[in-house]
Amino acid sequence: MTSRAWSRRDFVRTGIAVGGGLLVTVYGTGCAPKGGTSSAGPNEIWDANAFIRLGDDGSVTIFSKHLEMGQGAYTGLATIVADELDADWSRVRVEGAPADAQRYGNSAFGGIQGTGGSTAVANSWEQHRQAGATARALLLAAAAQQWSVPVEELSTEPNTVVHTKSRRKAAYGSLVTAAAALPVPENVPLKDPKDFRYIGKDRAALRTDARDKTTGQAQFTQDVRLPGMLTAVVAHPPLFGATVKSFDASKAKAVRGVVDVVQIPNGVAVLADNTWAAKQGRDALAVEWDTGKANTLGDAEIMAELRRLAGRPGTEIRRDGNAARALAGAAKTVEASYEFPYLSHACMEPMNCVIDLKADRVEIWNGEQFQTPDQMAVAAATGFKPEQIKINMLYAGGSFGRRANPKADYILEALSIAKAIEGRVPVKLVWTREDDSAAGYFRPAFLHKISAGLDADGKPVAWSHRVVGQSISAGTMFDSGTGKDPASFEGAADHPYDIPNVYVDLHSPVFGVPTQWWRSVGHTHTGFAVEMFVDELARSAGADPVEFRRSLLGKEPRWLGVLNLAAEKAGWGGPLPEGRARGVAVHKSFNSYVAEVAEVSLEDGKPRVHRVVCAVDCGIVVNPDVVRMQMESGIAYGLSAALYGRIAIDKGKVVSTNFDRYRVLRINEMPAVEVHIVPSTEKPTGVGEPGTPPIGPAVANAVAVLTGSPVRTLPFSV
Amino acid sequence: MATISVNGQAREVDADPAMPLLWVLRDVLGMTGTKFGCGIAQCGACTVHLDGNPVRSCVTPWSAVGAKKVTTIEGLSDSGNHPVQQAWVEMQVPQCGYCQSGQIMSAVALLEATPKPTDAEIDQAMAGNICRCGTYQRIRAAIHHAAETRRA
Repeated sequence: MTSRAWSRRDFVRTGIAVGGGLLVTVYGTGCAPKGGTSSAGPNEIWDANAFIRLGDDGSVTIFSKHLEMGQGAYTGLATIVADELDADWSRVRVEGAPADAQRYGNSAFGGIQGTGGSTAVANSWEQHRQAGATARALLLAAAAQQWSVPVEELSTEPNTVVHTKSRRKAAYGSLVTAAAALPVPENVPLKDPKDFRYIGKDRAALRTDARDKTTGQAQFTQDVRLPGMLTAVVAHPPLFGATVKSFDASKAKAVRGVVDVVQIPNGVAVLADNTWAAKQGRDALAVEWDTGKANTLGDAEIMAELRRLAGRPGTEIRRDGNAARALAGAAKTVEASYEFPYLSHACMEPMNCVIDLKADRVEIWNGEQFQTPDQMAVAAATGFKPEQIKINMLYAGGSFGRRANPKADYILEALSIAKAIEGRVPVKLVWTREDDSAAGYFRPAFLHKISAGLDADGKPVAWSHRVVGQSISAGTMFDSGTGKDPASFEGAADHPYDIPNVYVDLHSPVFGVPTQWWRSVGHTHTGFAVEMFVDELARSAGADPVEFRRSLLGKEPRWLGVLNLAAEKAGWGGPLPEGRARGVAVHKSFNSYVAEVAEVSLEDGKPRVHRVVCAVDCGIVVNPDVVRMQMESGIAYGLSAALYGRIAIDKGKVVSTNFDRYRVLRINEMPAVEVHIVPSTEKPTGVGEPGTPPIGPAVANAVAVLTGSPVRTLPFSV
Repeated sequence: MATISVNGQAREVDADPAMPLLWVLRDVLGMTGTKFGCGIAQCGACTVHLDGNPVRSCVTPWSAVGAKKVTTIEGLSDSGNHPVQQAWVEMQVPQCGYCQSGQIMSAVALLEATPKPTDAEIDQAMAGNICRCGTYQRIRAAIHHAAETRRA
């Protein structure tokens, strides 16, 4: 932890030294509002620790080690720090921290710095409370020294130290220079939760990014403009694994504004002084591709292969009792297969990256989700040390996992262009929507085959489950080497239903279609398969779906808690408008529990979702409105996939490349969503992803009631 | 070379006449509040106003603008205090925020034409604007809220 007050002049000098003539703050996220009251900025700043900078003007800057991609990480992390610091929320702003594993590592990721797995709040909870409390303790100590009073007599109000006895007050800003000179205390006691000012309090800490995101001021990678910068648009291989055989750039070079055309490992890049010219130039290229080693399978052929594998035993993942024997002896058996397509993340901001390659360093501007793995990847590709790679973390226009690519794909592509022009000028790589969709890194296609046996009373006695689909982790730094990728079976192998005999096995075939984590990862399909199948069992047993689940969740209070709350708030079993049915699903992912009840009707044979009631247990709630937002968002994202999501691949070529062919949820299809939060004193867990898995099966279970037949192939409507 | 009116200012533009207004705004004039999302008028992230009507700037050649007045998110208010912008903050609409310039421009045009829209009218007017974060429910609430505050 650093403890030193910097003058504004020092800071500006540092900025210049680090940024190569550019003030860091010019392109930083969450810049002081233009024309706002604090535009003058502080004269003195104090970096209390890695997360907190206080200015003598009362400004409070919190450095986020996690990407803000919509999920509310900036606001959530700042809520924790601000509460312990007793900061004035109206003076709090958040900036993206630099890539630095030592200071900003994610304990849930073994210390690398990265955002994902709904871990931002979970891995920061104690650390950020401690950071806030320690800075506050230093401010108290500074005031005690100044007033020559015992520190025990002091308390705080937002941004103010108070000595009640003498009725003296000191603004935090007036104490930063003195606080900076004091030794940093250890093990500062944390607040009693009953004293929380922001944590768990509704609308006490509104999103720090809302204003800049309603005025067009928020800075995304797409918005970065650097002196001399060229924009690059790339002709990418038409098939996964194809390479450039030859190309003719004469027509591209004739396009007004095109400056250069260069071959890179992943295609041919056209550089121009504006995006339109670069795209026109790219479209004018004549490229001959070598497709000898390319993937030529379509998604239908891949699904056929998954079906073939589903008929053969796989690698054992879980064995409780003897499922085969129990199945053979069951009074009744039920069997079903569920098929899941490839899905694109389809973030609103297509992938892009700005890179400035110099002789002795690289500077990157990116909606940076995988801070230190990307830093390492760029270091490895340049021969530089990680500390020579400076990454400016900007807002990301969505990600849903896409910007944490284990191969740093689009970042290394940007680097390859910068290398090809020998770092002459900074380069902004822009992918078109079509480039983004065709680049792959999809949620893999999966097939689940499940058989279960019921006894004469309708109680499940056996569950045998085969999971078939590509491993996301294979060949990446997350590859355990065991051939058992948890990202394939999480949520299936560990389902909580009280069944004495359970067997789960796995096939992880390899195909040439690149895959990646997609909001809630394996749970996107395991949650659907398990929760759809449980309803099929309930129907077979003649039981109510909620009652049936309750009977199998007796040992699981948190599962029951969300199930019961959602059922109650949804009026489960109560009357409904004609033509509507309810469906339910409950799922745990990333240590959070979510149950959802969907009210559905059919319009022209297709599901229309009217209302969704969601109950979530994510431990202690840091910021209630952010939790609600993430449930609403996860539901919309999962519903979009369930209704429409499918990346179609024809003879190896991705054909669903824009929103006309990769349909997503629009406002007229958005149900009314109600979110209910289970009170808890457990440690906080994530909310970015857990809202997504239950919605598909909840809707499917309602559809099955309406049509009398289960939904076993996604999406519902093609 | 021609002059177009952007947010009340005459701006000289020297660019390929086929270049969409989106890229003239972003790359030539340096106004990056208007976003690129799809390039084929499917997502609405690039929505701006021409004489108050919402258009998709990604498929509108700048040379076709002529004498029409262009308004972008930057021209909506001096400091984010347009009633629709304020409603967006009040209802905590933005998540990633990338689509919200376009959403707000569509909403402003809706409220100009239909000061008190129903949910169905909102759905119809806003169905061309995709939000992958699923902020739709809050967009509806914010439009209703703005309709109230505009009349107050």
